[in-house]
Amino acid sequence: MTGPGGERRRTPSPAPAREFISFRRIGAMVLRYVYLLRGSWPRILELAYWPTVQMILWGFISQFFLTHSSWVAQAAGVLIAAVLLWDVLFRGQLGVSIPFLEEMWSRNLANLFISPLRPYELIVALLGMSFIRTFVGVVPAAFLAIALYHYSVFDLGLPLLSFFINLLVMGWAIGLVVSALILRYGLGAESLAWIAIFAVAPVSAIYYPVAVLPEWLQAVAWALPSAYVFEGMRAVMFEGVFRTDYLLKAVLLNIFYLGLGSAIFLYAFRVARREGLLLKMGE
Amino acid sequence: MDAAVIRVEGLTKRYGDVVAVDAIDFEVKGGATAALLGANGAGKTTTLAMILGLLLPTAGALSVLGQDMVRHRYRVLSRMNFSSPYIDLPRRLTVAENLTVYARLYGIGRTRPRVRQLCEELAITDFMDRALGTLSAGQRSRVALAKALLNEPEILLLDEPTASLDPDVADWVRQYLLGYQARTGATILLASHNMAEVERMCTDVMIMRRGAIVDRGTPAELVQRHGRETLEEVFLDIVRHDGEGVRAVLGR
Repeated sequence: MTGPGGERRRTPSPAPAREFISFRRIGAMVLRYVYLLRGSWPRILELAYWPTVQMILWGFISQFFLTHSSWVAQAAGVLIAAVLLWDVLFRGQLGVSIPFLEEMWSRNLANLFISPLRPYELIVALLGMSFIRTFVGVVPAAFLAIALYHYSVFDLGLPLLSFFINLLVMGWAIGLVVSALILRYGLGAESLAWIAIFAVAPVSAIYYPVAVLPEWLQAVAWALPSAYVFEGMRAVMFEGVFRTDYLLKAVLLNIFYLGLGSAIFLYAFRVARREGLLLKMGE
Repeated sequence: MDAAVIRVEGLTKRYGDVVAVDAIDFEVKGGATAALLGANGAGKTTTLAMILGLLLPTAGALSVLGQDMVRHRYRVLSRMNFSSPYIDLPRRLTVAENLTVYARLYGIGRTRPRVRQLCEELAITDFMDRALGTLSAGQRSRVALAKALLNEPEILLLDEPTASLDPDVADWVRQYLLGYQARTGATILLASHNMAEVERMCTDVMIMRRGAIVDRGTPAELVQRHGRETLEEVFLDIVRHDGEGVRAVLGR
């Protein structure tokens, strides 16, 4: 195209945006969230604060139960391991929802979606950021547990990796649904980011076996990957057995829930485009 | 002038019973500077949002650079951009960080030199390392403009580009945009309330009222057709007289 001034146009030559998925764009979004974290020490502190406080609290409770509960005495650290893994689930969900909320708070969604960024690329970036935030949040607490209570969650060995990944992915699925609801209903629904996860806490069998639940709730519990993870964790700690059947069920359920969460987010995005919500977001 | 790069046919947006944009038709030719004028709620921003693909039309056809924006918007989004005082960039990121992120989103090859070049052109180099939220409204507007020019867009959509700017900065921005267009041959479509700005910058003006385009022409044509002295008088005639003046002038 030749301009009125007669000069040929174009200096920066943007890359063609036809590719289905661009890791450069995903990386740009992760960079955006890393910039935000890097520039705010309260945000970094906040990531580790709650897991650490929880771990300290449950550490003392564990020490008390070690002398007052034969069940806990069979596997010292079971409560600390449970709280650390629960925080993987919680941080995994917050790790998706909070960066998404940052876009809403900064009224940046419209700018993002007039760029070539696809909504599913944003999803991948949010998941990547969730991994980083969870890792930064939970790992210091895990090391602190070694120093304070001489309990290392890393003693769980390789099964710990499968527990971590499964809980993280379940957190992602819930985080995507929460983000979809915030996209659909606006910042009036933002408190969901902090409370939604607790709806699954009673049926996740974090601190007690699924068998404790009423029969009808047990069916609900077994529909959640978290119940398999926490039962699997206790199987390792109490019996020294890694339940691959639990792992398989957790993985299959996570595939289903992550797919469902992504679909709900993408549907909410389409509704937002239809209703003009992307232009109206803000504080 | 080149062929139409924005083509709108029967474009309609309804929210329930409310008709925000009512079956409008227009074309913007390559290299033109066109304006959508109208009072608040006339449908200007809604029209821009549909052209950008941020908003799905209820009915009608809409193409940009030959691509259907409802079905294939990703084929052209890297060739267009948008700036508006009503959408923000992240305020806690620095100017450089914001521009770097968007340069990467737009697939700009050499990010750092491009960001540096734009900051120099828009005289924002001095506060490149400051958080956006610490800048004045005028400085933020220039950063938003820098974001909108990162990919050197062939089509630049602007929503009230000089709103909230003092006259000096507003004049500087207009000069810059005219220079950018002269240099690149870009097409500019802007929505504005500033009649003097539109008269100065635009070759094609569409006046919207209640979601419809009620008149169209060059600023001089509109002034002459309505028997007024300025475009502002034409605008007030249309807005205040519920379109009767327009219909009388147009003989409808």
